[in-house]
Amino acid sequence: MGTFYFIAFLSVCFSLLVITARNPVHSILYLILTFFTFTIHYILLNAQFLAVVNFIVYMGAILVLFLYTLMLMNLNKDNEPVKPAIVKIAAVFGGGCLLVTLIASLKTLGTSQPVVLNNPNLGLVKPLGKVLFNEFLLPFEVSSLLLLSAMVGAVLLATKDKQTKTI
Amino acid sequence: METTDIIIKIVLVVIIFAISLVIAMYSTYAERKVAAFFQDRVGPNRAGPWGILQPLADGGKMFLKEEIIPSSASGILFIVGPSLAILTACIGSAVIPWGQKLTIGSTVIDLQVTDINVGILYIFGVVSLGVYGIMIGGWASNNKYSLLGAIRAASQNISYEISMGLSIIALLLVTGSLSLREIAEQQHGFWADGWFTWNVFKQPLGFLIFIVCAFAETNRTPFDLPECETELVGGYHTEYSSMKLGFYLFAEYINMFISSAVMATLYFGGYNFPFMDMINSPNLVTILGVVFLFGKIFMFIFFFMWIRWTIPRFRYDQLMNLGWKGLIPLAIANIVITGVVITFLN
Repeated sequence: MGTFYFIAFLSVCFSLLVITARNPVHSILYLILTFFTFTIHYILLNAQFLAVVNFIVYMGAILVLFLYTLMLMNLNKDNEPVKPAIVKIAAVFGGGCLLVTLIASLKTLGTSQPVVLNNPNLGLVKPLGKVLFNEFLLPFEVSSLLLLSAMVGAVLLATKDKQTKTI
Repeated sequence: METTDIIIKIVLVVIIFAISLVIAMYSTYAERKVAAFFQDRVGPNRAGPWGILQPLADGGKMFLKEEIIPSSASGILFIVGPSLAILTACIGSAVIPWGQKLTIGSTVIDLQVTDINVGILYIFGVVSLGVYGIMIGGWASNNKYSLLGAIRAASQNISYEISMGLSIIALLLVTGSLSLREIAEQQHGFWADGWFTWNVFKQPLGFLIFIVCAFAETNRTPFDLPECETELVGGYHTEYSSMKLGFYLFAEYINMFISSAVMATLYFGGYNFPFMDMINSPNLVTILGVVFLFGKIFMFIFFFMWIRWTIPRFRYDQLMNLGWKGLIPLAIANIVITGVVITFLN
């Protein structure tokens, strides 16, 4: 239990640093650390496969692309968009409301019962694959179609300019 | 876990760590000697007999050079970059099975640090993390050439990771396991049931894709665009000096060693060798197996160097074309063919 609280504390700390860091690249680096703590959470939950996939896909691929884009953009103070005062006040008000709601909802929470795993191999590749390809085959395939259509859309957006130029 | 087990594991980790560093060190010497051989020169021959103390002299030079941190670089990240590069290079060796079990008296020593059942994915994760060392270092240098080198490294690694993953999927169809220990065990001996047991004979195309991707992931020629001298001065390590530069160069050689070990384990039978069942003593088999594994690893390291001094580097668009339009469709076709063949054989 101690490990969980320590890691959870780290996750909260790093995610706070993500939004408070001045430099966007530093923000992304803290986000990487946040995702790393999530990987440890998965391992603590005995979900080894999810842990390693989270590691590869989020830390190893998606955040590399984030970092890549941010490094190419010249984000510094000079070209930071300045928001009008009313927007700032509205943002503070909205954030405050959200905070109050969250704190209020915390009151109704109790400590959850610890779940005892019946099958310690539940998080391994084989059980997960069996469930995904038997019970949840349709949602799995539909979500892959969704990803495919997103990919086609991205390619279309990237090649659109070139076609109009040649004509 | 008992205390003796923990001590054995710690000793094993230290030994593997030392071996990878020594091999990385002597890879630099071997590279220069191999280059000399290919170009009909003598190569380093001044430090010690045949120049074998050359790596020590190089290391001493690296340590004694002046350490420069550019004033416009972003402090901590400039140091984090090379540290991360060498860290990710070293931790990959944890899941590689170096040999079978060694029995001394009553204690059984498993020549593998840890046998996690997602071993391949762990290696894959460590490889994908490796790019951060280069990216952070390149960005923190605050230099245009460094940044361009870092960005090239990132896009190259991401592109080739996809086809590497796809070639591994075809391998997994054959082996049915993600644990490197199990995959090595399945390739026992050399010949069984009328076909070779080594995966390279079951997955020749997959191996070809994997080795090309391994070249790209370790940033070796012909994929060494991130440090292309003619365009980018020194690439991502332009601003680095002293041992921080040494770490970057060292990480490349450790990566080469680890990826050779992974290729030997996944495709070339790991610690298995022909006629291993004819030897009665299990300990002798284990020791010979380790020797054979290192033989295979050195063969791959030599292959890396052979390619480096034979083939010129790609242009950047050629590299991207090969990755996205060549290797990925090939790897997908390989998966389909493997699936069909396995279905018909069963």
